[in-house]
Amino acid sequence: MGIEGIGARVARKEDRRFITGAGRYVDDMVVPGMKHAAFVRSPHAHAQIKKIDVRQAQAMPGVIGVLTGKELKADGIGNLICGWMIHSKDGTPMKMGAWSPLAFDKVRYVGDAVAIVVAETKGQARDAAEAVEVTYKELKAVVDASKALEKGAPQIHPEAENNLIFDWELGDSQATDAAIKASAHVTRMKIVNNRLVPNAIEPRAALGYYDRAEDHYTCWTTSQNPHLARLVMSAFYNVAPENKLRVIAPDVGGGFGSKIYIYPEEIVCLWASKKTGVPVKWVADRTESFLSDAHGRDHVSTVEMAFDKNNRITGLKVDTIANLGAYMSLFSSCVPTYLYATLLSGQYNIPAIHANVRAVYTNTAPVDAYRGAGRPEATYLVERTMETAARELGVSPAELRRTNFISSFPHQTPVIMNYDAGNYAASLDAAMKVSDYAGFSVRKAAAAKKGKLRGIGMSCYIEACGLAPSAAVGSLGAGVGLWESAEVRVNAVGTIEVLTGSHSHGQGHETTFAQLVNQRFGVPIDSVSIVHGDTDKVQMGMGTYGSRSGAVGMSAVAKALDKVEAKAKKIAAHLLEADEGDIVIENGALKVTGTDKSVPWFQMALAAYTAHNLPGGMEPGLKETSFYDPSNFTFPAGCYICEVEIDPETGMTEIVQFVAADDFGNIINPMIVEGQVHGGIAQGVGQALLEGAYYDASGQLLTASYMDYTMPRADDLPSFKVSTSNTPCPGNPLGIKGCGEAGAIGSPPAVINAITDAIGINDIAMPASPSTVWAAIRATKH
Amino acid sequence: MSDIALTVNGKRISGAAEDRTLLVHFLRENLGLTGTHVGCDTSQCGACIVHVDGKAVKSCTMLAVQASGSSIVTIEGLANGADLHPVQAAFKEHHGLQCGFCTPGMIMTAIDMIARHPEGLDEATVRAELEGNICRCTGYHNIVKAILAASKTMSKGSKGKVKKAA
Repeated sequence: MGIEGIGARVARKEDRRFITGAGRYVDDMVVPGMKHAAFVRSPHAHAQIKKIDVRQAQAMPGVIGVLTGKELKADGIGNLICGWMIHSKDGTPMKMGAWSPLAFDKVRYVGDAVAIVVAETKGQARDAAEAVEVTYKELKAVVDASKALEKGAPQIHPEAENNLIFDWELGDSQATDAAIKASAHVTRMKIVNNRLVPNAIEPRAALGYYDRAEDHYTCWTTSQNPHLARLVMSAFYNVAPENKLRVIAPDVGGGFGSKIYIYPEEIVCLWASKKTGVPVKWVADRTESFLSDAHGRDHVSTVEMAFDKNNRITGLKVDTIANLGAYMSLFSSCVPTYLYATLLSGQYNIPAIHANVRAVYTNTAPVDAYRGAGRPEATYLVERTMETAARELGVSPAELRRTNFISSFPHQTPVIMNYDAGNYAASLDAAMKVSDYAGFSVRKAAAAKKGKLRGIGMSCYIEACGLAPSAAVGSLGAGVGLWESAEVRVNAVGTIEVLTGSHSHGQGHETTFAQLVNQRFGVPIDSVSIVHGDTDKVQMGMGTYGSRSGAVGMSAVAKALDKVEAKAKKIAAHLLEADEGDIVIENGALKVTGTDKSVPWFQMALAAYTAHNLPGGMEPGLKETSFYDPSNFTFPAGCYICEVEIDPETGMTEIVQFVAADDFGNIINPMIVEGQVHGGIAQGVGQALLEGAYYDASGQLLTASYMDYTMPRADDLPSFKVSTSNTPCPGNPLGIKGCGEAGAIGSPPAVINAITDAIGINDIAMPASPSTVWAAIRATKH
Repeated sequence: MSDIALTVNGKRISGAAEDRTLLVHFLRENLGLTGTHVGCDTSQCGACIVHVDGKAVKSCTMLAVQASGSSIVTIEGLANGADLHPVQAAFKEHHGLQCGFCTPGMIMTAIDMIARHPEGLDEATVRAELEGNICRCTGYHNIVKAILAASKTMSKGSKGKVKKAA
């Protein structure tokens, strides 16, 4: 490991602009002639639009244009789509309802956009938006997914009878039923995974600019995957052909999944720019974000986990209802199916698994992937059930898990996934050691003396990351491939630009990708620039989500570096009159191994471009491209142990210790990996203790500001004890598994297992807020 | 419209803005100081924190016209050329930021916090006093670490006396 190479704890290159206020986010962009937009949004969860009168708004000061869905439709702008086809178990395709970027006949959730106002200033746009008169005929709304399936429930889309989008299954139903029937013990639970709002601190924003001279569009947008945005806006929404549309995602202030999707606003801003003849900028305020960003989770499941007399799991049966909200967001269908049920085997040998999933429309914001996406739901279900089973069986939670760990690899689960490598006992041992698990009873007794309830809980999670082998996801219904691209340009002076389809919005790619180059060629990371987030610069890419940038994005870079290295060695061999097989790259020079003959890196690069003395037939220049498609998912796994102290008088839960032992395979920059784990844990603890998106029965979002939706703050959290034990991933050239989502996946069950342990109950709802905990404690006394 | 005259990062500024213009919008839109961010509309997230006459203030809670006559320091006014303010340097060294959006507010809060605690800071105090700043990326772990480290550096640098930053 060099000081800037793989494994080095290098401070981030990108930090300087952020800490000096020089970051460039979408809201910071200014284009000559730029005007401001506000959206008119539905105040009703379910209503017919009878009439939209824009005359008064049109006449207000500064107003340039007021545009509605009818005009949008007339211009041929397409409906938003879900890009992953799921078939129900009867073979029928999912029932996708129409989603117009501006609703024109019906609104289906509070916040549904019905018109856009463009004005000189943001204030004028907002004033005029309030003056747009929309006449609605209110309809009965339904927000609870189970109720939406009941006979007589409000019908949200004509395409989906009884609001059922699909009724899908995975696994062997008969074998699972037989295993349960023949078992010595069955643990049964109802598991609710609470609805969350991702809440990147930068609100979503879009700036659409139509250039009449060139007949060309530019869209600055808060996106995790600008190329996918361009593809979808061209291919499905008819905004503009790809060669006439540039999408730029500059600095993006967090995503966590919510900025993967192409939302109505960026489409409408681009269209409105052409209609009004001015560049149109829209920036969400926070309440708008709460209402219209894709939400996460919202599963209700029943589970049966069966054991033989030796406490070995023999079968797992799961029935889940997933609330997808009012419209099918871009990847909404794969989250409760192929990103969820395929992980229900957890870290365990389970011979028979069956999952049934019903996805349902409700009059709530669309639900899609949020940090972890399906895998937190699977982990929560499996790890809560394991904990309860251990209590019912009278064995320690650690031993029950250990008894059932998968220990030989590769391991084929009954739910598609083939785990390539792992060492689950190593993570469990590490977490138990760091947390002093053995000394817990002493700490519990000491807490009891202070009148506090102390509990400990663990969670052994697994996830599938490195999304994903294109052919595999294609066979499961994905509308896109999930490869990644890289282009490595070695300049004539030896500096390097790496163009990547991955997108950094906090992950530190400008540093880690440069570390990879340093490792290979010895070029200082300050001489390596990472270029991303602009479809005019990077030809094509699939973006950043699903912990894929290391495993897939960097693998593409590694493949391109292989090609650069091969050509560089040929050039060096020619210059040094040596055999190319004898050339090695060390300390920024290409050397003939075993001799003192060498050529500096920059001199070789210059030779590639002067082309005065290249091997016969070689093209000048040094620039290589790679499209890397992974052969398998990657399988990060680990063990989290949470210890809590509860004040029974107030119901306040304090996390007194949180230990994470993760296996991420090889690590490029431990400092950045730890940061990813910290942030993930905070979001998982947030889900377990604080966060919940609540709608009332009429479909009003009750938690639409930071006054009402409890974000984790610094004093809600402890400092975390994180460590890694690395089993390299055999599936990609760098041995990387991915670390972005683990914290959010592994932590909620650990927290809830600790709280239920402290109180002496088997279940408590998330978020386990003080009032919920207080009520649960009171209930144990009566 | 109201006339506004104030000092921002040591420069005297005069301008005019609509009466309802918030200080944060005046800084961002009229002065082009886009390092100060807007992350919410209820004065909860703290991304907009600047120093007004030496105190950390959420610039979304204040009208631009109210700031007339004041001396403002924003995130852009901290570094001296290539030399970072010790709190900026500590955030970089300890990886106290990821997406960078909450960072300017965090740094402005931290400077104020350190200045108010010349006796030094402990973890519990830092966590309690970060109550008005939300970060979604870091889990606060490294922000707390960075502030504690900066507090130590700054008290060493001024031999126990911490200079007010603004």
